[in-house]
Amino acid sequence: MDAETAASFRDSAARALSDPQLRANFQRAMDGLMTKRLAQFPDPGDLRDLRHLSTTIRSRSLLRLPELLEQLEVNCTKNGIQVHWAESCEQANELILGILQSKGAKTLVKGKSMVSEEMHLNAFLEGHGIEALESDLGEYIIQLDGETPSHIIMPALHKNKEQIARQFSQKIKDAKYTEDVDELTALARKVLRQKFLEADAGLSGVNFAVAETGTLCLVENEGNGRMSTHVPPLHIAVMGLEKVVPRLEDVAPLYAILTRSATGQAVSTYLNLISGPRGEGEMDGPQEVHLVILDNGRSRIHADPQLRATLRCIRCGACMNHCPVYTRVGGHAYEAVYPGPIGQILTPQMEGVGARHDLIHASSLCGACAEVCPVEIPIPAILIRLRREATHEDVASKVTGKGTGRTVSEDWAWRLWAAVLKRPAVYRLATWFATRFGKALPASAPLIRNWTQSRTKPVPARRSLSERMRAEGDTHV
Amino acid sequence: MNGPKPEKVYFYGTCLVDLFFPDAGMAGIQLLRQAGVEVIFPEGQTCCGQPAFNCGYWEEAREVARTQVALFPGDLPVILPSGSCAGMMKIHYPELFHGQPDEAQVLAFSARVHELTQFLVDVLDVKLTDLGEPVKVTWHSSCHAVRDLGLKGEPQALINQLSNVELAPLAREFECCGFGGTFAVRHPGISAAMADDKAADAMATGASIVLSTDGGCLLNVQGTLEAKHRPLRVQHIAEFLWERTRGR
Amino acid sequence: MSDARAAILGRLRASGEPGPLPSPLPALDTAVLERCQWPPAERVARLRKGMEAVHTEFLDATPDTWPNLVRAFCDREELKNLLYGPTSEDGAVLTATWLPDGTQLMPYDRPVEAFKRELFTGVDAGFTGTVGGVAETGGLLLTPGPAEPRLLSLVPPIHIALLRTSTIQDSFWSAVQTLGWGRSLPPNALLISGPSKTADIEQTLAYGVHGPRRLIVVLVDDLA
Repeated sequence: MDAETAASFRDSAARALSDPQLRANFQRAMDGLMTKRLAQFPDPGDLRDLRHLSTTIRSRSLLRLPELLEQLEVNCTKNGIQVHWAESCEQANELILGILQSKGAKTLVKGKSMVSEEMHLNAFLEGHGIEALESDLGEYIIQLDGETPSHIIMPALHKNKEQIARQFSQKIKDAKYTEDVDELTALARKVLRQKFLEADAGLSGVNFAVAETGTLCLVENEGNGRMSTHVPPLHIAVMGLEKVVPRLEDVAPLYAILTRSATGQAVSTYLNLISGPRGEGEMDGPQEVHLVILDNGRSRIHADPQLRATLRCIRCGACMNHCPVYTRVGGHAYEAVYPGPIGQILTPQMEGVGARHDLIHASSLCGACAEVCPVEIPIPAILIRLRREATHEDVASKVTGKGTGRTVSEDWAWRLWAAVLKRPAVYRLATWFATRFGKALPASAPLIRNWTQSRTKPVPARRSLSERMRAEGDTHV
Repeated sequence: MNGPKPEKVYFYGTCLVDLFFPDAGMAGIQLLRQAGVEVIFPEGQTCCGQPAFNCGYWEEAREVARTQVALFPGDLPVILPSGSCAGMMKIHYPELFHGQPDEAQVLAFSARVHELTQFLVDVLDVKLTDLGEPVKVTWHSSCHAVRDLGLKGEPQALINQLSNVELAPLAREFECCGFGGTFAVRHPGISAAMADDKAADAMATGASIVLSTDGGCLLNVQGTLEAKHRPLRVQHIAEFLWERTRGR
Repeated sequence: MSDARAAILGRLRASGEPGPLPSPLPALDTAVLERCQWPPAERVARLRKGMEAVHTEFLDATPDTWPNLVRAFCDREELKNLLYGPTSEDGAVLTATWLPDGTQLMPYDRPVEAFKRELFTGVDAGFTGTVGGVAETGGLLLTPGPAEPRLLSLVPPIHIALLRTSTIQDSFWSAVQTLGWGRSLPPNALLISGPSKTADIEQTLAYGVHGPRRLIVVLVDDLA
């Protein structure tokens, strides 16, 4: 086992578990989000149909991905949106830097974009003397503290208002200490409005890209996305290449299920459909709009029919909200851009199953994530697939780092397990010993220790079921 | 699934019931017999193979699974006192054996697999008579019973047939108890946090027994409650139903 | 980076699976979307309920009374000015009926660069029309453009929007079809369901985080 990386989730999770404040912040938020989501789907039949429709749309889009991307490029270009392609995050960062430098841009305001987190764009731009400011309130809060998002929809979920109040009073000029949420929001509004007004460029993500109309769809509640895309003279949008759908009609069900699954809202405050820069006769809007299409491992995921389901994701975060592990350790414990169940299957596929096999085992496979996923991604099945990939080199696949999570001790453990269980006589002997002497096994033995640190030691029955059935003459040989 | 009631069934004990809850296994067999069904318990049962399957060791899982499938020739239903193991054999065996030479044989086997309470309600349509003292119980839904196998309240329907039993709703009934097989030893801290919450929710119901279909959940919740010296006890649904209806 | 483009598309094509798709694909089952249908009066009620739940305010008007109602609102709120698009149809009505004293009508008739700072700091409210509404969830549909610039509905702290009840569609899905948005779209089109809001601090709702703090819908009943 690669001890250095394997320890990362475990250690962070342990730290998170020992922080009662963090635990409480997440538990309260998740309980609320689960209740609100459920209230949005009063009819199980409607939910089933809407999920099925959404899944079909996303699956079909992925089947036609190359054609749809080309169509998107053609129609965006026709609309005056300049399209760029990037194979890696480094390429995407360089592209964006190039666009900004060509316009002499020094300040960039950002709407929420997980792809830009994936690219670590802010740090890259800062390194080149360009200020990249997050404007989503949650993102702004964590950027002030130099943190990363702990949830893909609610990035500052891990903080409570006392922590935010302290931080604002220390880091915002002339701000007085207040725990009033309206006053804190007003403080951020004041700072950020000034930034929108002065920014040389704006950056956004893309929730859905429509191939047939060349349209970028942005879903948001705050209005910072609209500010970032309409106020500065230059707008750059970044999207993962899986975000494209054929028609605007397809966006309707996806949008409906996205907001309901994410935050339990029937509709967001804004759905912003961008199909071009400032048009003929328009008084405002950016003079230029650029779209950067990022691969970063997605085409490799796309090549595998089972793993491709990962790319159906519409980034609602419902899997996190319903995950019993995520709720208890919070998003930072995953030490990944995308936390929670979707991150547990996406991150190892992007970074390699060997490097991040800590993530693929951090699940009880309870299936709550797949149950609520609006596009029916079979997350537990993919976790098991990745566990296989991590320990076996011979699976014919393109998965990065396959086999590198293998350990000699685990290999032997399973070999021994199979050797016993496929031989009923050996199993019978083993259970005979367990039932007679299991009690004597010390609670501090390896593995048992992990169980008994919070539980009593499980004690085998005096006689096994097989033994009793045999004694009753009930077994059939 | 409703049709003519079978006269004979196979019973598959599962390794956890075999070793830790044999009374539940015996009770399951008695419940089937009480419903007028002859029960065959083939010798040579070990494990469905789920632990290796879940950890990605499919070759090892298949080696074991093959020996188990071979114990159940013919076309009789195979009944398991576990949602998780039934889910493995019914839902995951087809994945595990996809493209294998014996795929067809395994598929035919999987189609015959039933979880005990599902079989009692949906196929045998049993009617229970409660002979026990008044008691308050609560129900923990096993993740795999509900999400893999698709149990739709069959165990609760059986409990509700018992006139002297009050079923108290468990907060977060569908949340995982934290067992998850090897998860409990790979991530003991998180698993313990989940089990602690489950135990606390169960205590809050005021019930005296926590019931479930699954040995894994029962071991986990029982160990947690015992470590905290809580008076609440856990019991497998089969054992509980049999105790209530057999008349002592 | 045309190299990147070729490489990406090449990889996506190389996966080669599952081969050519059946053409045409079987139609999507959109029954769940088609079930969202209501008679016109109920659409109005649904839209209103949905939008009021997220703090949108409504003023009931008729085709004749709406300009006076807008004016009365501005006076009541003591707004110093109202930014609007003078060349839009509704804007022209405001120009024609606006009384010179009190709240000043402020035409958005020059490129934003000419008055960006004033727009951000010196405007009390913005007025726009709409091209429709969404009954299912509540929401207004707007297509900003030369006559009604994009920032009218975004930057001023109050957004006053004129909605005619006859234009309310069942759902966003049916609106896309009725308005022909699926075929072509202006550079910007919008759905707005309420004033700007956030729940990023402890899931506590706060309104007016970046965009308008208040959304006033002037609901013109033209169904009769």
